[in-house]
Amino acid sequence: MIHSLFLINHTGDIFLEKHWKSVISRSVCDYFFEAKEKAEDPENVPPVLYTPHHYLVSIYRGKLFFLSVIQTEVSPLFVIEFLHRVADIFQDYFGECSEAVIKDNVVIVYALLEEMLDNGFPLATESNVLKEMIRPPTILRSVVNTLTGGSNVGDTLPAGQLSNIPWRRAGVKYTNNEAYFDVIEEIDAIVDKSGTTVFAEIQGVIEACVRLTGMPDLTLSFMNPRLLDDVSFHPCVRFKRWESERVLSFIPPDGNFRLMSYHVSSQNLVAIPVYVKQNISFLETGACGRLDITIGPKQTMGKMVEGLKVTIHMPKMVLSVNLTATQGTHTYDLTAKVLVWDVGKLNPQKLPNLRGSLSMQSGAPKPEDNPSINMDLKIQQLAISGLKVSRLDMHGEKYKPFKGVKYLTKAGKFQVRT
Amino acid sequence: MLEPDPNYFSSFVCSGEIFELKAELNSDKKEKKKEAVKKVIASMTVGKDVSALFPDVVNCMQTDNLELKKLVYLYLMNYAKSQPDMAIMAVNTFVKDCEDPNPLIRALAVRTMGCIRVDKITEYLCEPLRKCLKDEDPYVRKTAAVCVAKLHDINAQLVEDQGFLDTLKDLISDSNPMVVANAVAALSEIAESHPNSNLMDLNPQTINKLLTALNECTEWGQIFILDCLANYTPRDDRESQSICERVTPRLSHANSAVVLSAVKVLMKFMEMLPKDLDYYGTLLKKLAPPLVTLLSAEPELQYVALRNINLIVQRRPEILKHEMKVFFVKYNDPIYVKLEKLDIMIRLASQANIAQVLAELKEYATEVDVDFVRKAVRAIGRCAIKVEQSAERCVSTLLDLIQTKVNYVVQEAIVVIKDIFRKYPNKYESVIATLCENLDSLDEPEARAAMIWIVGEYAERIDNADELLESFLEGFHDESTQVQLQLLTAIVKLFLKKPTETQELVQQVLSLATQDSDNPDLRDRGYIYWRLLSTDPVAAKEVVLAEKPLISEETDLIEPTLLEELICHIGTLASVYHKPPSAFVEGSRGVQHKRLPGSTGLGESLESPDTGSAAGGSDAPPAVIPSQGDLLGDLLNLDLTPPATTGPPPPPTSGMQLGAMDLLGGGLDSLVFFLFLSPRVQLGGDLGGSSMGAGFGAAPAASPASFSAPVSGGLDDLFDLGGGVGMPMGAYNPPKTVWLPAMKGKGLEISGTFARRAGIIQMEMTLINKAMSVMTDFAIQFNRNSFGIAPAGPLQVLTPLSPNQTIEVALPLNTVGPVMKMDPLNNLQVAVKNNIDVFYFSCQYPISVLFVEDGKMERQVFLATWKDIPNDNESQFQIKDCHLNSDAASSKLQGSNIFTIAKRTVDGQDMLYQSMKLTNSIWVLAELRVQAGNPTYTVSIPLRLKEKKAH
Repeated sequence: MIHSLFLINHTGDIFLEKHWKSVISRSVCDYFFEAKEKAEDPENVPPVLYTPHHYLVSIYRGKLFFLSVIQTEVSPLFVIEFLHRVADIFQDYFGECSEAVIKDNVVIVYALLEEMLDNGFPLATESNVLKEMIRPPTILRSVVNTLTGGSNVGDTLPAGQLSNIPWRRAGVKYTNNEAYFDVIEEIDAIVDKSGTTVFAEIQGVIEACVRLTGMPDLTLSFMNPRLLDDVSFHPCVRFKRWESERVLSFIPPDGNFRLMSYHVSSQNLVAIPVYVKQNISFLETGACGRLDITIGPKQTMGKMVEGLKVTIHMPKMVLSVNLTATQGTHTYDLTAKVLVWDVGKLNPQKLPNLRGSLSMQSGAPKPEDNPSINMDLKIQQLAISGLKVSRLDMHGEKYKPFKGVKYLTKAGKFQVRT
Repeated sequence: MLEPDPNYFSSFVCSGEIFELKAELNSDKKEKKKEAVKKVIASMTVGKDVSALFPDVVNCMQTDNLELKKLVYLYLMNYAKSQPDMAIMAVNTFVKDCEDPNPLIRALAVRTMGCIRVDKITEYLCEPLRKCLKDEDPYVRKTAAVCVAKLHDINAQLVEDQGFLDTLKDLISDSNPMVVANAVAALSEIAESHPNSNLMDLNPQTINKLLTALNECTEWGQIFILDCLANYTPRDDRESQSICERVTPRLSHANSAVVLSAVKVLMKFMEMLPKDLDYYGTLLKKLAPPLVTLLSAEPELQYVALRNINLIVQRRPEILKHEMKVFFVKYNDPIYVKLEKLDIMIRLASQANIAQVLAELKEYATEVDVDFVRKAVRAIGRCAIKVEQSAERCVSTLLDLIQTKVNYVVQEAIVVIKDIFRKYPNKYESVIATLCENLDSLDEPEARAAMIWIVGEYAERIDNADELLESFLEGFHDESTQVQLQLLTAIVKLFLKKPTETQELVQQVLSLATQDSDNPDLRDRGYIYWRLLSTDPVAAKEVVLAEKPLISEETDLIEPTLLEELICHIGTLASVYHKPPSAFVEGSRGVQHKRLPGSTGLGESLESPDTGSAAGGSDAPPAVIPSQGDLLGDLLNLDLTPPATTGPPPPPTSGMQLGAMDLLGGGLDSLVFFLFLSPRVQLGGDLGGSSMGAGFGAAPAASPASFSAPVSGGLDDLFDLGGGVGMPMGAYNPPKTVWLPAMKGKGLEISGTFARRAGIIQMEMTLINKAMSVMTDFAIQFNRNSFGIAPAGPLQVLTPLSPNQTIEVALPLNTVGPVMKMDPLNNLQVAVKNNIDVFYFSCQYPISVLFVEDGKMERQVFLATWKDIPNDNESQFQIKDCHLNSDAASSKLQGSNIFTIAKRTVDGQDMLYQSMKLTNSIWVLAELRVQAGNPTYTVSIPLRLKEKKAH
């Protein structure tokens, strides 16, 4: 099980350590630093490392490494999932997950870690339950407490820990009862030079924000549940009902949570909302190149494409760019060699275009590869897979809640090869 | 409840501050106390030493304030170890808290006590822990379950003595699923450090309870329960299917660790389902989507998932065969994900998708990351070798890549093209010209060696082959060994093909290799060529230019037994490293090797004997056999003193021994072979090279006629040629010996022997019931052993064995079991179970049963292999007093699958060249010299053995 945790910033300083069993010396991290050195890029550090006496399993989140030390054979996925959960909880408590914020709240962090693991076994990892035991910092509360000198110490057992529905706390009360669901789909795609789709799939999630009094029992049904053949559910969803009736039946956690995620595989036809006409070339002689990109709508289902953004990682020898855009703004980061073109809305009547020349280091050889283009976009009120929620029913409580469903399609890892 | 705090970080602990904190901690005001403890904790968290405040902080413990209590507990856990005497002060409060009406406080107290790793405190922990394990509140019980694991970590003996393990086992049947999950987790952790104990006693009832709890407990609990389920072996396919049905819903869990653990259970239990079952097909279909979904998670999760998918596609390629596209690489994937994806792409490549795969690989070959590009180029070559139809396209893709002139791309391409030539000879040689153009840019040894090989192999088609090779020769001494060896061979090949023009060149290289080189490998190869060329050029041509065997399709597949074991470990570190846990998990000496259940497994599960007790319960091996380590040590130093002097003196002869010797034809010196098979993990170690390292040792053992000789099971009796006249032809089979005396077997006496009959190894046993009661329910299992010997079927004792009854049993064996080096090498540890008990004994099988029927090496191959082995690696020993002529000896040996490949007569001496092949594909070559009229045989065995000849 998880033995120890070290938090390490991207320069390689250990700024927090926590041991759930005996204390393990910091020197164990040296193996990690060695691997980090070798990997150059922090993203490329292998997540599982093997040292003579321990295993180091790490994740990289928000420029921080969460490094856990393990002594016996355990499932590394369990460790990685847990570390991500720790990062999620920090995010949830402090609004961000950064070195500064963790240092500012070190006692809470320490108490949280103590509550999340016992002897290396996960104890309480649901944010609902944790928040009942350790209250997140708010400015208001700290002001009140400094003035009154008191604190409300709840010494009752968090109800969720024991019930069969550990994700929901008891005695929830709201004056406005509301349940909102966001169906968010991300398109992961690789499009090749000629514009044909090499690979495309959709990663969908349904994020819920449920603020309902008491113990509501909800049922969410879809117009076309057949689309969903590869799904993962929040533990609250009753799997049997899904198997037999294709509806999501659940007692929701309180607050924000991810109800389900699903995956529409590359074997189904995935609509690609935009096309990119591009020409990036580097001349054999002379230190310059040409760039010409036009973006047009393809399968948008009649909706507006917004938030269009193009990112290109240029080869190292591209010194500067001299480009003009018919729409939006573009910037070139000289040190990171990243060209970003923030296009905005896509107007089908007047297609946005970016063109101009690239100037390169003189004498440098022609780049071996052309850079890939990364696309960002958003389409409101559309789930590109066609998924639609038909209704939400509530049992177990008498009041009438406000209900709402929003759809959003985004580009995930959407790459165009050149 | 913990409250938000101001920034305690700015405070720096200096001596003055310690003083200040001390005052605050002793303050009367609760609030001030609490703030002070918070400051202390903050300092502690960042590694500042605040242990001096121990007594003051402990004084704050007796409070009703839960928040303050928690903070003090945090402090205690950290510093109790360094201040054990002080920590004792806290014990009373702990014990009191364990009685508190509030379950939260009870649980907190028992939890914290378990974290204080001080012996004195653990003594006081037992009573409260016992109460908490039976607490009415499940929250307390679940905390107490974990506490048992903590206590076990600190003092295992105490936990056993206090009977906590039994209480923990009872908790598996608890009504609360969370308690069940924690009990399972705690037991699994204890079991890992404690392999002997039969902690997880899984039976259908407990399995049912686990499956019920599985649906209701937390995600983490589900992982523990699934991992535990994976250790269970269902009784039949019905049970297997019903477990699978109840586990499948977990594939839709949001937690990827739950998903992968469920995949493990399904992959394992699937083995037991009949393939024609509808459900089997359904299950296969259900496995694909969750695996694909894992790939959309965070990169770290993807990495672990990919390593596991790599195993799964090797075992069951059909699951993901349509999902090739999800493994396509995105340019911003981390490098470790890219490399894994590439590996899986090649495994999934087939005729149906090869066009897509190639297009992708070509794209990758122009990426920025050098490691990735190299691997992509290699992947193209592997595709060509794997999918014959695509070979042409692959070659043209490689040629395109060579045109890019990017140095490392060209070099990788040349290395893989060499392999393509080996796979499809006389098909793509037209590209040689293009390759030769890039000769100058090659700076890596592997690429240079590959290019030189190509030039040598196709010297007749390359006009200026001699010039090309000559250019390499200039810097001969600066080249790596690999290149030097290749250059030597290539020039000899060239000479044999174009003898007229290249005489000078070959002499130059031979003298460079033999006279100016310090490398023994190179020197020996040089001498061999030199002698070969000067004595018999025709033979030289036959040897050097012999047709080479085609290379196999997939060279990087994981060996099947290892793969089976790894499938049982899906989702663990073992699966990430693709090594069995015993190879790297510290303190896992007792880790039991897991195997997939077969559809015709043992009727009932029999606990596999653990190494320790099996060895303890067995007869000590005959002391006359020198220990393996010594032999090896000698071998590695190549310090082969004559065997007659290294061995211990022969045991004193007894009357019985003498009689027996007469029976066998008298006075044989015996020899015992030890084959040492280096375990896979050590491959590439001392014995070096890519070939299976194998060493031979020889030493005299006891006289073969002495009682223990057949058990010590060497080749001794095999070479028992003297007495062969009156014996029927056939394999040598030692007589039965007593393996398990009735005294140790609670009345069951087992004697037995091994034989090879019709190509099948059999264990022939006589079971005698010397007890007063009837014996039933026999079953047998073997421990891991050097050659992976395992029962091929269950032990067939159909009728109950009544008192004084004797039964003969023949158990067919196979050699696909898990492998572990034993000492002595041919030692086999056996566990036999009956209705009375489980008995362990060890016996030794004669190596000769392992010689397979197709052990006859091709003459050419034999010759080449023999020559390849340096002379000084040879070990010799003599067999005295054999009165057979060479022909009779040869036919007698053939009966034991030792084949005579060639016979030569020099100076009245008959030289027999012999080959035999072991079940694990190790070839053994031997030379037997027989001088007419002289009853002494000389056996020479070269030391280097190869599984397969490399080039």
